Amino acid sequence: MEIVRSHRQVAAAAAAAGGGGGAGALPTYKAAPQLEVRLEEFELFAIDRLRVLKGISDGLSRGKRPEEMEKLVSELWKTHMRHQDPAETLNKDIVSHFVLRLVYCRTEELRKWFLSMETTLFRYRFRLESPESQRMLMTEFQLPYKALPHSEFEAVKDKLSQVARSIGQSANVEHVFFKVPFEEVPDLVASRRVFLSKGYAYVAMSQVVSLVVTQFRCNISKALALTNRKWTATIKEQEKDRLTPIVEALSNAYFGPDYSQPKDAVDISLKDIDQLAKSSFPLCMRHMLDKLRENHHLKHGGRMQFGLFLKGAGLKLEDALAFWRAEFSQKIGSERFDKEYAYTIRHNYGKEGKRTDYTPYSCQKIISATPGVGDHHGCPFRHFGEENLRAALNKMGVGGHALEEIMDKVKNRHYQVLYFIAIGLTEQYDIPELTGLSGIMKYTASLHINL
Amino acid sequence: MEIDDQKQQQLEAPAAVPEGFNTDYLRVYYDGKHPGCDQSYVGRREFSFTLENDIYLRFQSFDSAAELESSIKEKCPFKIDIGPVYSVDPSKRHAYAQSGNNVFVPVERELIFDIDISDYDDVRYCCSGADVCSDCWPLMTIAIKILDTSLRDDFGFSHILWVYSGRRGVHCWVCDSRARKLSNEQRAAIADYFRVYKGGENALKKVSLAGPVLHPFLARSYMDVLKTFFEDRLLLSQQLFSSERCQKILDLIPDENVASEVHDKWQGNRRSSVSKEDVNVTRWEQLKTTLQSGKHKGLRRCVEEIVFSYTYPRLDMEVVFVFQLIPVTVMILILQLFRLYHRYGP
Repeated sequence: MEIVRSHRQVAAAAAAAGGGGGAGALPTYKAAPQLEVRLEEFELFAIDRLRVLKGISDGLSRGKRPEEMEKLVSELWKTHMRHQDPAETLNKDIVSHFVLRLVYCRTEELRKWFLSMETTLFRYRFRLESPESQRMLMTEFQLPYKALPHSEFEAVKDKLSQVARSIGQSANVEHVFFKVPFEEVPDLVASRRVFLSKGYAYVAMSQVVSLVVTQFRCNISKALALTNRKWTATIKEQEKDRLTPIVEALSNAYFGPDYSQPKDAVDISLKDIDQLAKSSFPLCMRHMLDKLRENHHLKHGGRMQFGLFLKGAGLKLEDALAFWRAEFSQKIGSERFDKEYAYTIRHNYGKEGKRTDYTPYSCQKIISATPGVGDHHGCPFRHFGEENLRAALNKMGVGGHALEEIMDKVKNRHYQVLYFIAIGLTEQYDIPELTGLSGIMKYTASLHINL
Repeated sequence: MEIDDQKQQQLEAPAAVPEGFNTDYLRVYYDGKHPGCDQSYVGRREFSFTLENDIYLRFQSFDSAAELESSIKEKCPFKIDIGPVYSVDPSKRHAYAQSGNNVFVPVERELIFDIDISDYDDVRYCCSGADVCSDCWPLMTIAIKILDTSLRDDFGFSHILWVYSGRRGVHCWVCDSRARKLSNEQRAAIADYFRVYKGGENALKKVSLAGPVLHPFLARSYMDVLKTFFEDRLLLSQQLFSSERCQKILDLIPDENVASEVHDKWQGNRRSSVSKEDVNVTRWEQLKTTLQSGKHKGLRRCVEEIVFSYTYPRLDMEVVFVFQLIPVTVMILILQLFRLYHRYGP
């Protein structure tokens, strides 16, 4: 992709280039197109696409159902990306994607987020395409799956119907199925939306989206890693007077604060934890601390969510080890703690193994957790039953009218904003425990608004 | 394969782990054959040993079964953990650390599941925690039945090893090469396919079977295993419908009116006949009749939900990440030897 200050080529070139999809409407971004792009467009196109991705991120945090997401994506795209001339739309689509690759390739967290949002965007755009367009895209992704021959179909027809009905669809509507190794469709397997037999999943045409999206995700993931290498090796330096400042500005402007270096927060230390828990911790973290103190144990999910939170709040490694050891050793002894759990804590701080410096979980991640038996992590607003949530909020000092407003929001699944409403409302109703937000609380606040 | 006389005697009492743990015992136990390893990557498999005085050695690796055996005999570990197969020999990992890239990474690892009897504490009254008895151990055996069938019929795996985990549950090791190559995401997908019991400690109703019919896997599990087990064994052995315990079952009925309707029917029993039938059986039949009467559309699957709540396998959802080490107790080795004994005779 050539970035120039002068005229740009019309997007007929875009369609001809590798970035375009077979049907012209939905590109697969396989190769950087041979285009000339104006410098202003470089930034503007990226910003518009970022608005779409942020909108998607917000929709996911709110736990929107697939039908709602489909509508949301369609609206976001129309608002920010659509142009009267479809060729222009395609041009903007491709350019903005590749620019954002540069912006979001530079750290693991950025890559994860970008990959997740682009994949979601692709998934819903694919669903909105016509059947012929979808079939052409399948071919482009080289999914060598052949449709099930009639005889085989007849043999498993009943089971396929049963699966359809079990997920709330009408039986006997789909007639085209693909037999696919189960490894290729993990999301369909996980949600039991396919019939499995001898290692093969029987995937309906309508579910093919999953197949295509997995491929797409894989391609983009590899491309991001490659882009990162190129960026670090040559582009960043080469472009230091032109593109690099724009790229860096884009990610800073939209990604929010860097959690490993919070600006306003005060590093917490071991002795602060209990006190701060009462005044400043989010509900989920308070709950886990309570359970940890009660049981002298937390399962893996809780250790990760809470441990990373403490780390993000500035708890040093030595203090963290002392903290967890003090609790766990009451149940299993300090030697066993050192042997079985200390490693993971050091791992989280980037002192072991891959030495990745893990950052605290976003609300979105916490909301989408799946706590199981014996778990205390996740988002209380989502994962607690009504009674338990009321009790937990009561314990925090939230009651009466404030509590009812919150329970109402829970019904509408506005999980991420809920905590803030809880804080806001309690300030309004003057509950002493929560007035006077400390630096930690503000920092926590920034964590909750991330993305 | 040879099994010498000395070992034969030990094999007669496979469950005996001596009280006074003496390293000499270990020397004797280990003097035999253990599962052979695939030669092509045995050198990159991580083992860890826990020695006497709690000395912990990680990243042990061996180039052959014989080397492993001699190291075990020499060091006499009290506990052995098996980790994944890495991209390079774990004992040489530091040589690769300098290059900065992630050259030392796990590449292959069996698919492993862990079922813990203490995860069933909320539905068994005979024991709790690490205790197990003949009334509640069957929960494990039916879990094994269901998962084993599904791993074979649905996922097409065939090399499946079930072992007592040495404390309070079972481990399942799927050793097919296809299983070893699964990514974390694929492993999580399989675990989710099996998962029915959802919700942490704070959700009240943890099994929710939506939809007019069950997925073939769940339907088969219910019809072939769970229904009979619940009706013929569990509700009796655990006295699930006794006066103190039946409320828990009523709590699983989402509609309060229906729950009280059932409760009233149960109360009505007391005055009636001196029935030979066990109260648990009677109450269960009444509950089923009420819920399945067709009057209550929203409760279509409630009967199955109750059965599943009590009997369906509960996997430890600390899904096995590829890099984790799994303990292999002395039991597993004894079990292996025991199997060999049976296969090849004295």
